[in-house]
Amino acid sequence: MAKKIKNGNGISKYNRNKYIWAYIFILPQIIVFFGFSLYPIVMSYVYSFYDWSGIGPLTNFVGLKNYSRILTESSFWNAFGNTFVYTAGFTVVSISIALILALVLNNPNLKGRGIYRTVYFLPVVTTMAIIGIVMQNIFGTQGFFNEFLKAIGLIDQSISWLSNPVLAMILLIIIGSWKEIGITMIYWLTGLQMIPREVYEAAKIDGAGSWQTLRYITLPLLKPIGATILLLTVVSSMRVFDLVKTLTEGGPYFATETLELYIYRFAFAPDGPSQVGFASAAGVILGLTVFIVSLILGWVVYKVSGQKRKPLGGGIK
Amino acid sequence: MKNRTAMFMTHTLLIVFGIIWIYPFIWMISSSFKTNSTFLTSGINPLPENIHWDNYIRAWEVANFSGYFLNSVIITLSTVLIVITLSCLTGYALGRVKFPGRKVIITIVVALMFIPSGYTIIPLYELMKMLGLSDSIFGVVLAESSGAHILFILLFAAFFSRVPQEVEDSAAIDGAGFFRTFAKIVLPTAKPVIATAAIMQFVWTWSSFLVPLVLTLNSPELRTLAVGMLSFVGRYQTDWTGMAAGASISLVPVILIFIVMQRYFIEGISGSVK
Repeated sequence: MAKKIKNGNGISKYNRNKYIWAYIFILPQIIVFFGFSLYPIVMSYVYSFYDWSGIGPLTNFVGLKNYSRILTESSFWNAFGNTFVYTAGFTVVSISIALILALVLNNPNLKGRGIYRTVYFLPVVTTMAIIGIVMQNIFGTQGFFNEFLKAIGLIDQSISWLSNPVLAMILLIIIGSWKEIGITMIYWLTGLQMIPREVYEAAKIDGAGSWQTLRYITLPLLKPIGATILLLTVVSSMRVFDLVKTLTEGGPYFATETLELYIYRFAFAPDGPSQVGFASAAGVILGLTVFIVSLILGWVVYKVSGQKRKPLGGGIK
Repeated sequence: MKNRTAMFMTHTLLIVFGIIWIYPFIWMISSSFKTNSTFLTSGINPLPENIHWDNYIRAWEVANFSGYFLNSVIITLSTVLIVITLSCLTGYALGRVKFPGRKVIITIVVALMFIPSGYTIIPLYELMKMLGLSDSIFGVVLAESSGAHILFILLFAAFFSRVPQEVEDSAAIDGAGFFRTFAKIVLPTAKPVIATAAIMQFVWTWSSFLVPLVLTLNSPELRTLAVGMLSFVGRYQTDWTGMAAGASISLVPVILIFIVMQRYFIEGISGSVK
């Protein structure tokens, strides 16, 4: 900084050189961002105003017709409802189990914590689409799970898990949660490690037992990060696709068809010609729904944590 | 004494649930070594009578998992390389240089990340068609590399902004220009951040499903493991052990890489919530 005052002219040339380099450095990312992220986002709206099969030019502008048609389709509302059922189930199951795991694994006296963490995190790194196919086999009528239940005497007859609408949805929620709990567990562990050790020491001096410490100290202090975790979990599960596509294909009879699957069906695998315009309109509705939900949860994050924490942008000041 | 009992109970529960937790993978690997007939008759016994590699040979050669595997490797490695390069350069510029317009760029990018998006895979597919890349592996790579990579940019920017100014100054005195300072002096110190970003992007791209599914609809020879698996079970519905072998081919590499590199991966996840 001192140099700048001493030798203004030379340094400003040095700075200008630096600025040019900085622009060169960010240019590739900007191009990719505008070309391959922003353009598709804009066009995902544009397509939704056309009656278009995906082939040939966009000529048949229909205004909001796709939207008005969607809102009267019961199949759309079925998918909409399924998405919310999945999201609610996934959120409750994964957040609570992940918290229990994190509380257990956060105990510094527990030996082998690293190994347990690896084991419970493992499903996260595996491919959801492959898991769906493997699980379809395990939970098939002649699959491993039925054989196992028979072997330990819990059932006499095989259960067709995936042909029952309720069981299929429960299975989706359990497998989806199992796959992602590791991430949520790491989030909770991060939150637990941000609690200063002195707080626990003070509680100990005051004679608080471990349950009291958990109830009155740990859990309240986890609230801010808990709100962020809730936001991330809900938003990530509303766009569920890979698992549903490979495990149930939305079946039986569309009982587990979520919105992403509904959109995919109209865009790429329709009974008849593709309805890309219609699918795009459904995509916009899904995007707006996710947006509204994240605004509400974002407001919760803001309320719970005051202005101290921001979920994003902490790295750059 | 009470404490020790509690600890013992904790370990017992963690081990029992841990085995159940990863049993699907144990089942998958053990089934991949069985023959289709022992698979049906062996019930719940996880141990194959003897190791059969036939399923792997069949999946690899007949069901074209060799091709899927190669596609997955090429697409994943190229995407990792592109994404790391882009976010590292951007992070360096944003973290080290207070150039005019820097704040504006950060604001625009973060704001755009929050605007609701529709079904972007269709425009992405159309874009690749326009660029003449819809039947090429490069099109899949480009589509996989799209996005703003905010998390990685933030990780890099935060890291580079902590490099002391003296490092840069002394490099300048030695006559190193901006680029040489970056490439020869600062970049080598960023290995941990590069490792974190690389392993995360590797796992994401390896597991990616919708993008390769849509972009290879008309070109089966470009399918990745995740997409190829779906067409495999569509074609050979009763080849369960072949399915298990195919699933193992796609899952075991990423599991092994994770076990070796897990420190970086978990740090990255933990960084994303902070």
